[in-house]
Amino acid sequence: METAIHLLTVLLLPLVLRGVINKTKAAFAGRVGPPLLQPFYDVIRLAQKDSVISETTGWVFRAGPVVGLATVLLASLLAPFGRESAPVSFSGDVFLFVYLLALGRFFMAIASLDTGSAFEGMGVTRELTFSALAEPALFFGFLVMASLSRSLSLSEMLGESFGPQWQTSSASLVLVLVSWFIILLAENSRIPFDDPNTHLELTMIHEVIVLDHSGPALAMILYGASVKLLLFCSLIVQMLSPFDSGYALVDAGVFVVETLVLAAFIGVIESTMARLRMPDVPRLLVTACVLSAFGIILLPH
Amino acid sequence: MFTLTTLLELVLLLNFFVLGASRLRTAVNLVAVQGMLLGAAPLWLEHGPRVVLLSLGTMAVKGILIPRLLLYAMRDQTIGPEFRPAGGFIASLLLGAVGTGASLWFGGTLPLHNGEHSQLIVPASLATTFAGFVMLFTRVKTISQSLGYLVLENGVFIFGLLLIEAVPAMVEIGVLLDLIVAVFVMGIIIQHINRELDPLEVQHLSSLKE
Amino acid sequence: MNLLMASIAMIAVSGLPGAVLDKRRLGGQFLATLFSAAGSICGLYAVGRWLAAGGQSDLRIPWTLVPGADFHVGLDGLSAAFLLPIFLISMLGSIYGQGYWRQSEHAENGRKLRLFYGLCAAGMASLVVARNSVVFLFGWEVMALGAFMLVATEDDQPSVAEAGWLYLVATHAATLTLFGLFGALWAICGTFDLPADGSKLAPAAANTVFVLALLGFGFKAGIMPLHVWLPSAHANAPSHVSALMSGVLIKMGVYGFLRVSSFLPEPPLWWGGLLLALGVVSGVIGLAFAVAQQDFKRLLAYSSIENIGIIFIATGLALLGRATHRADWVLLGMGGAVWHVWNHALFKALLFYCAGSVIHAVETREINLLGGLGKRMPWTAFCFVVGATAVCGLPPLNGFVSEFLIYVGLFGTLGIPDAGATLPAAALAAPGLALIGALAVACYATAMAGIFLGAPRSSRVEHAHEARWTMLAPMFALAGGCVFVGLAPGVVAPAIDPAIAAWTSAAPGGSELAAALIPLAERAPLGWLSALGLSLVAMLALGGVVLAARLRPRFVSSSVTWGCGYVAPTARMQYTSTSFSEILTGLFRWALGPRVNRPKIDELFPQSASFASSVPDSVLERVIRPGLNWIAERILWFRVFQQGNVRAYLFYMFAALVLLLIWPH
Repeated sequence: METAIHLLTVLLLPLVLRGVINKTKAAFAGRVGPPLLQPFYDVIRLAQKDSVISETTGWVFRAGPVVGLATVLLASLLAPFGRESAPVSFSGDVFLFVYLLALGRFFMAIASLDTGSAFEGMGVTRELTFSALAEPALFFGFLVMASLSRSLSLSEMLGESFGPQWQTSSASLVLVLVSWFIILLAENSRIPFDDPNTHLELTMIHEVIVLDHSGPALAMILYGASVKLLLFCSLIVQMLSPFDSGYALVDAGVFVVETLVLAAFIGVIESTMARLRMPDVPRLLVTACVLSAFGIILLPH
Repeated sequence: MFTLTTLLELVLLLNFFVLGASRLRTAVNLVAVQGMLLGAAPLWLEHGPRVVLLSLGTMAVKGILIPRLLLYAMRDQTIGPEFRPAGGFIASLLLGAVGTGASLWFGGTLPLHNGEHSQLIVPASLATTFAGFVMLFTRVKTISQSLGYLVLENGVFIFGLLLIEAVPAMVEIGVLLDLIVAVFVMGIIIQHINRELDPLEVQHLSSLKE
Repeated sequence: MNLLMASIAMIAVSGLPGAVLDKRRLGGQFLATLFSAAGSICGLYAVGRWLAAGGQSDLRIPWTLVPGADFHVGLDGLSAAFLLPIFLISMLGSIYGQGYWRQSEHAENGRKLRLFYGLCAAGMASLVVARNSVVFLFGWEVMALGAFMLVATEDDQPSVAEAGWLYLVATHAATLTLFGLFGALWAICGTFDLPADGSKLAPAAANTVFVLALLGFGFKAGIMPLHVWLPSAHANAPSHVSALMSGVLIKMGVYGFLRVSSFLPEPPLWWGGLLLALGVVSGVIGLAFAVAQQDFKRLLAYSSIENIGIIFIATGLALLGRATHRADWVLLGMGGAVWHVWNHALFKALLFYCAGSVIHAVETREINLLGGLGKRMPWTAFCFVVGATAVCGLPPLNGFVSEFLIYVGLFGTLGIPDAGATLPAAALAAPGLALIGALAVACYATAMAGIFLGAPRSSRVEHAHEARWTMLAPMFALAGGCVFVGLAPGVVAPAIDPAIAAWTSAAPGGSELAAALIPLAERAPLGWLSALGLSLVAMLALGGVVLAARLRPRFVSSSVTWGCGYVAPTARMQYTSTSFSEILTGLFRWALGPRVNRPKIDELFPQSASFASSVPDSVLERVIRPGLNWIAERILWFRVFQQGNVRAYLFYMFAALVLLLIWPH
């Protein structure tokens, strides 16, 4: 039962999140914006189209989107939504979670480099460097979580109610929260790191990596990126959520609502901030690292 | 009575004469005499036909063959018969004297058994070796350096006399081989040096300096 | 045991028959490969049999060479764990060399290479089974000198000669330190035996032994800052030699360190902490250097330094476990270390064989001249992808398993899962390990792209052809090994437990800690990793089938790469390896010290100019060379004694003699 809810969430929620973000940005700009379910229509439309593939590419290019999607879906099986455990949970699954996302990133990177284009090269360099700086921040946060929950499983770290921990170690948790939010923005190519609306040279990171993909492959990428957004949102939502009603469906509903609120918040951030200059990005990421490092240091033992 | 001790005393005297000799010919002849004396030395220590033969052979090599080679080398060269060692003769003689005195003193203090034949073997050996060394680093001409090497060999030979009962054949053969090698080397070197350099002066061999 | 010694002897002489044949005869190479492979197979069988069933494991022959030292060799868990990679990689390397360094193509140095290859491998195997410092040092020197001759195979090229020289200096610095180490052990413990009796070591002596071991074995292992010889040696050696060196030789430093540290008593906390710090620094800075390299074999060499860093992190964790009596940390630390030794041997050898295949095809090591080789050398490219995925520690391959163990161990220092002694400071190495992993992804993605992907950057790629089957077979074997160990870690884990037990029980008072060790397969959820790995493979297959159906030719049209409307892209528009690494080189500028030769442009219409950038090794160029030059200038004063005058030298001899005579009085 819980597994079914979980899978349904993974199937449907990510694209809705994307729609919410776009609607929020449109509202800030005084526009009506695309329909809420526009990302669904985009994926379906792309899946029906033909592909145009560069003659420079080989099998790596075609494999990239598949790996990206498969890894992200498998990782979603490890992440808890709501107060239930994830479908798959064992001690140490947090490491598998992070490294599955890294596997997806690696293959997307080499897939895009297969095109031999300067645009992709630029995007990949930036993406890989910034992700490298983001990983330690993620792990510092996990150290805090692991220490508080005395467990190495995501379901146990984030699945249980977070009320008591907020009372005892609120300082650490706030730092980790801020740091993880910055990582969310970085890994999902949101402003202030990247502008998902443009392909301009100045802003390109993720959007340019997928520049040469088309048709069904692009549909896979779009969907996979949305699931990744959901996963990172879930990390934060789980931390913030103090409720535990005891009923799976209610908890799932609460989770969905909170995630949509977070998505709207991301939309607000994107609308009110400007994109950072490229040299400032590493600085912000290192700040995120330092914040979460202080999170673990301030933790009372 | 012409004992071994007397012979060794003669050898020590000859050291001084060699150190003080100003004419090359004289020096070569003196070293030849020293060699002859030492060649005869084993006869005091052991008896038997083998020893006699070996003794005669050593005397021939040390006393006749090598000096002849050296004289032959000298005849072909345009070497002046005089030579002046670094520091002058007085310094060499004094060094030799100090060395001899020190060896006599050392001979008593070092834990070396002299054997029942003579108390002078160890001191004489040390003194002759030192004299040879002094010649090596004070003499300027290559021929006289070779003489210094020969005197050094004589000193080592004297020490070998101590082992004559323990390891009889080895000592002699070793010494003879040493001599043969030294002779060959000296011969070849002198030949080559003669071809390359005009006056046989050691100073010219300083190309190792950076 | 006898079988083991016989196999070592067979490997040692494998190069000999070929060496005595004339260089134009080609049969010698085949003989060498045959002997080497046969010896390795016998050795692997012997070790496997011992691991499975136990058995006689000691051999002692009285030997009068050094008094007090017999020819004592033995097999225990630790030795067995290190023997397996030695035999495997040396055998695969011989087979690879059959295609890569053919006698017909390299007549001058082929026989020398094979002779010393066998000797080096045999030296390594003997030092691993040595139970005696003298035998250990004997094997060590044979290995070190054999490796020197291997590195300097093509020493008619000046860069190779210089690399060989640097290697020789470093390895002899290591050997000197080891002489000091084993001398100190002999003086304190009274015997040459390894493992020695650690209870005789007072804390100060134990600290000295630890530092000496870290220095001596660290030189060989290549931990920073003792790594200076590694990049140039591994880059300039023939590729299968580089594979042997990176995959196995530097692990001999790890083995020596593990062996010596196993019997040291009561380690203080700073030992483990120092190793953790050194490991993280080596990993991060090593990768920073790797990303900045334009020579892909140097890149792989720096990556080896990074992996040694990971192994040292794991070893540090194990030492901390010994210090705090936490069997858990020892289990995961040592397990992770030994497993990573195996993993690294597998994937680094694979990567170097791919590199060799590329060099064989295009005869250059510069990434900036390559590109698009994936189309011409598909199998090599595939193996490189497998190797790169493994080295970044990505699931479902083997690299992930060892890093997983290390992560679980490091997080365990926070007191998870049970309460007990905690050392939260050690857990800070975990984000360091994460940074290392992410930087590795950056490094290998750019290496892969620069060599195999995109369009060719120069004409050298035109003549590239796929490697011969004798070169591909070892690559496939290793790739298969990576996949197998990654997907079935539960099968491999029981082979590592003896090594952990051997290391823990050798210390004085270690048997109680050893008794608390549980099998690795029980402690870590290896079954879950298998299951999820297989499901990932299944999902990839499914996704691949679905996408392939939609990428059938009637649904696909071909075009040039999209350049925002620019329809005439050229290969020169691609990012070069220097461009890839620019951001990271900038971020790590403080450690890398890049040298940039920028043209000065001060006119309106500048004519041609050139730009050059390079990242030489900082420790070598900024610390060691200037330091040695400074010492050389100070020593110049002593030249006054070298007059060139023969008589002066004779006087020195005389003075020495007189001094010796006077001195006792």
